[in-house]
Amino acid sequence: MNTVAGPTVQSELESLSETSKEQLLEIAMGPQHPSTHGVFRMNVVLDGEHVVQLKPVFGYLHRNHEKIAESETYLGSMPYTDRLDYICPITNNWAYALAVEKLAGIEVPERAEYLRVITGELTRLQNHACLIGFLMQDMGSSGTPLMYAFREREKILDLFELLTGARMMCNYMRFGGCRTDLPAGWLDQAKKVVAGFPRFLDEYEQLLVSNEILMDRTQEVGVLSRELAVSAGISGPMARASGVDYDIRKVDHYSIYDRFAFRVPLGSHGDVYDRFMVRLLEMRESVGILEQAMRDIPAGPIVDPKIKVRGFRPKPGEAYGRIESPKGELGFYLISDGSPNPYRYRVRPPSLINLTVLEDLCVGRNVADIVAILGSIDIVLGEVDR
Amino acid sequence: MNLEAIKSEIEAAVPGCRLELVVNPSPSGQHSLRIDAAHAVAVALYLRDAPGLRFDFCSNVTGIDWPGKQTTEKVKVSKLVDGIEQEVEELRTTAAPGSLEVVYHLYSIEKKHGPLVLRMSTGDRDANVHLPSLTPVWRSAELQEREIFDLFGVVFDGHPDLRRLLMWDEFQDHPMRRDYVDPDDYEYEPTAHDGVLRRASQHLSEGGGR
Repeated sequence: MNTVAGPTVQSELESLSETSKEQLLEIAMGPQHPSTHGVFRMNVVLDGEHVVQLKPVFGYLHRNHEKIAESETYLGSMPYTDRLDYICPITNNWAYALAVEKLAGIEVPERAEYLRVITGELTRLQNHACLIGFLMQDMGSSGTPLMYAFREREKILDLFELLTGARMMCNYMRFGGCRTDLPAGWLDQAKKVVAGFPRFLDEYEQLLVSNEILMDRTQEVGVLSRELAVSAGISGPMARASGVDYDIRKVDHYSIYDRFAFRVPLGSHGDVYDRFMVRLLEMRESVGILEQAMRDIPAGPIVDPKIKVRGFRPKPGEAYGRIESPKGELGFYLISDGSPNPYRYRVRPPSLINLTVLEDLCVGRNVADIVAILGSIDIVLGEVDR
Repeated sequence: MNLEAIKSEIEAAVPGCRLELVVNPSPSGQHSLRIDAAHAVAVALYLRDAPGLRFDFCSNVTGIDWPGKQTTEKVKVSKLVDGIEQEVEELRTTAAPGSLEVVYHLYSIEKKHGPLVLRMSTGDRDANVHLPSLTPVWRSAELQEREIFDLFGVVFDGHPDLRRLLMWDEFQDHPMRRDYVDPDDYEYEPTAHDGVLRRASQHLSEGGGR
């Protein structure tokens, strides 16, 4: 611990007098701090409890995923994408498969699209449930909401395990379809899980939504304005909590989302509480999509039989494919030079880009608010550092 | 959304800018516009603010490394061999300078259209690696341009806080370049703890310990 000498970029720091600058305290929150959800450091300058400056430090989990993928075949990178945002592997697979399908012009059969929507929305349910659990845990609720969320998540991970063989590293999508078809009885079990989910949401809402401590800790905390959210490329539930009406499922019409009736919840304050509420409401919409998808799913092939699995070489060109992942806009940018591995492979990580505004949200608040704000952004370090 | 129309619209609004339509042969059909570095900020501001376009959301920013192609040719040179002047064939390699390219994927939240793909190239890969930063136009480029600076070595002029993002500050090379070679071992990032260890061993040696 040492005092800060000399001015830095933050205006609040410059406005302080010399004597009060000597009182400032510089601390490193992280890389090993329970609220950082991994290895992530925030160099915080404090004036008492008051945050004057906050500089995030990235890269503790950096393994240059993009470089590895450029020396790997197209299909060979599919299991690696599971490790980006390891809470929701299936949506990572989906975004990558979508980008390659755009690059090579591959059509996806009807049943495979339904399987993608079903597994993708189940992923969204468990991600949002977990996130709210983590957020409450960070703010000191000692377990109960997190355990409730994990109980529900476990049911969904059981479904993933039945379907793909793995709870978390699913490696489920293939270019032009999915890897395996539903095992016998899976759909009935999934219907049971989804039918039970609103009960969990009711319970969760009763427990949390009008909880006085929660409201005190989150309302008017970490307010993100609509203008800054758009300019800073904030996407997903975090942008919608600031009132940005932008859901890629509605805008891009990718996959078969046009067939389902669902609404896009929006917040109006852009604070931590709105980000929490938007996710709660999104789970209800996902339950609606799941019910429709599981009702309508047709029989048929799950992968385009014309796809070349071995020796897959897309023609030279490039493509950017993106989906609405639970964290935000997850995109893959690929350039093919006609060889079996991509010339350029880029992940657009929503977790990293949503952190652009971390300092703006935290400066002027208290130390304890940093934890709530970071929790509400919803990051996974595997994706931030790649 | 017609890229040809957007191109002529920008050319009318930003005098002197050089735009080039880059055709993408892949089935994705995402063609792109190459802009020149000198007018990049003006073009970006126009794309963001023009009422018909309103590309207010800069989604993805990334770099691409294009090393120059090495061409080898046989050249006949006259040389003194064993005291006699003879014509000898020699292999001569010439390397094109290559370039670093930065790609921006723009969307419009207001108009709900996109993507519009912008590209910018540096002069070469060693000395002329400067490009104007578009962070003042779209804040979302802040961390992504830092990442490109870190991994590709493009220097963004006008970026408010251009530091390495993922590698540590003392690191020298740019790992995403195609000709990057892994070192045998890495110099690890010095941490505050290293100083403590040094003091501890000094203390022990002074006391007659290790």
